[in-house]
Amino acid sequence: MTPSTGSDGAFRRVARFVSPVDRGFAAIVYGGSFLFALLIVGLFVELVLGSWPSIVAFGPSFIWKSSWDPITSKFGALPMIYGTVVTSFIGIALAGFVGIMAAVFLADFAPRWLAAPLSFLIELLAAVPSVVYGLWGLFVLSPFVRTAIGPLLQKVLGWTPLFSGPIYGVGLLTAGIILALMIVPTVTAISRDVIAAIPRDLREASMALGSTKWEMATRVVLPAAKVGIFGACILALGRALGETIAVTMVIGNRPEISASLFAPSYTLASVIANEFTEATTSIYISALIELGLILFVVSVIVNALARLMIWSVRGST
Amino acid sequence: MSAPSGNLRRRRAFAWLGTMLALACAAIAAGALLVILGYVVVQGVGAVNWAFLTQLPHPVGIEGGGVGNGILGTIIIIGLATIMAVPLGLLTGIYLALFGRGPIPEALRFLSDVLSGVPSIAIGLFAYAVLVAPLKHFSAFSASFAFMMLMLPLLVRTSEQAIRSVPQTVREGALALGMSNYRATVHIVLPTARPAIITALLLAIARVTGETAPLLFTAFGSQFWEKNPNNPMAVLALQVFTYAISPYPNWQAQAWAGAFLLILAVLVLSLGARWMLRNAMRGLET
Repeated sequence: MTPSTGSDGAFRRVARFVSPVDRGFAAIVYGGSFLFALLIVGLFVELVLGSWPSIVAFGPSFIWKSSWDPITSKFGALPMIYGTVVTSFIGIALAGFVGIMAAVFLADFAPRWLAAPLSFLIELLAAVPSVVYGLWGLFVLSPFVRTAIGPLLQKVLGWTPLFSGPIYGVGLLTAGIILALMIVPTVTAISRDVIAAIPRDLREASMALGSTKWEMATRVVLPAAKVGIFGACILALGRALGETIAVTMVIGNRPEISASLFAPSYTLASVIANEFTEATTSIYISALIELGLILFVVSVIVNALARLMIWSVRGST
Repeated sequence: MSAPSGNLRRRRAFAWLGTMLALACAAIAAGALLVILGYVVVQGVGAVNWAFLTQLPHPVGIEGGGVGNGILGTIIIIGLATIMAVPLGLLTGIYLALFGRGPIPEALRFLSDVLSGVPSIAIGLFAYAVLVAPLKHFSAFSASFAFMMLMLPLLVRTSEQAIRSVPQTVREGALALGMSNYRATVHIVLPTARPAIITALLLAIARVTGETAPLLFTAFGSQFWEKNPNNPMAVLALQVFTYAISPYPNWQAQAWAGAFLLILAVLVLSLGARWMLRNAMRGLET
């Protein structure tokens, strides 16, 4: 994505900033960086300040209370946390499998003439705007889930609570599938880089011992790249957790917890998108901002974790 | 050579199956893009015409109308965001490249990475808290502020790397000729790093072009030709969202047409960025 030539040769300070011009220049550079840092810290501080009334009113039980009732001002985030976790889990389960397999194919099996255009298409998938995914999900995928995927799953697995109940088309499963499409480029691109960074010696040793190429790829290369690939999945998970518009359009927007994956639900991000401009009381707005704060904190933890894992394999930058 | 034993044959069959599975997965991922693109083009291209590009939206029930104000709003909001993000991103990138050792720069890099993973809706809440709530009205400027935050991480990290990748000797040469650090950086190092930085800028613009979530409570949308950034403003992505979830077939058709425009813009920007990067790389090699 970005050129990384000469990353080892760190830019040394070869001359000191002593002249007035240079001092001014250094001051502006420092100032700009400080402003940048201030913005990020401000983001966190503002989210905490905005959610403070809600934090005071509901305390930690906000996280495990399941009523979301603006009329009586009773707010609990559990239904949204449930919806976020379930949709992200479906997304990462599908995208993880497809993405890792695609990465294995691109890194070790595909001839050049096929690998280049396939990677290109998969990476462009990441450029498609969220709202376009939502549009497609609403008018193409969700009718397809209602009439084809849903009934099929119900026929085979309908005896489990997961696939019982009426199929609306919009709901947890549809949102999960859309998320999978949105994050599969992340999983594929990073996993492919990580796999490609595994030394040739391992591959050659494995082949020399008589393994098939498939055995080499799955039993030698994949285990060696395990940590980095796991990091890629976590990074993708972070995207899925915070994805807003596409999910809002296909999840059905209902603050309920139901076992069925066909049921409409809500996520942390989609409830903010849907209700924020209509929220009237200040405690209602504050509760919504607290959902944003939860989202922020979770995404920071998830991203920090993912980067550590990817760095440990591929090296930083 | 004897014929392969049963065990080897089984392993080879298994390898063949596995390879096909991997191929299928790659094909699914790449095919998904083609399917989505195909739908957007087929459903959307028919409704795109001059009136759609240049007219105001019509009220519900009246055929026709366009997204002209949304296109204008998108350009204004992204333009303002770019004007704010580029200097800030460059300065931070220069800082990290020139003074980039020790705990403070490391912390700044970490913060930048953190910011790149923050959901856009949370950034929208931040813009709301600092620019909408105190002024008590929605504004295009608050959307630009949110977009700036979304563009910054990519700009910061890329400009740092691009500046670092300029050979140390180039800078030393400039300083040896008696240039100040300021001149050496701004007139010698930055121009060399420019292609990579412009590539990053194009990618950052592509990213925010389709961004919708933070607009809901910043730009908010408008029915008019709004040009004042202090007022609520129409944005194409927001119009696509509103039209898509509306119950009116006429609006839904316009949502597809708007999505077509969005995808076109994003693809042109992404492909332009790739092309620039390839040219820049070629320039470095020769």
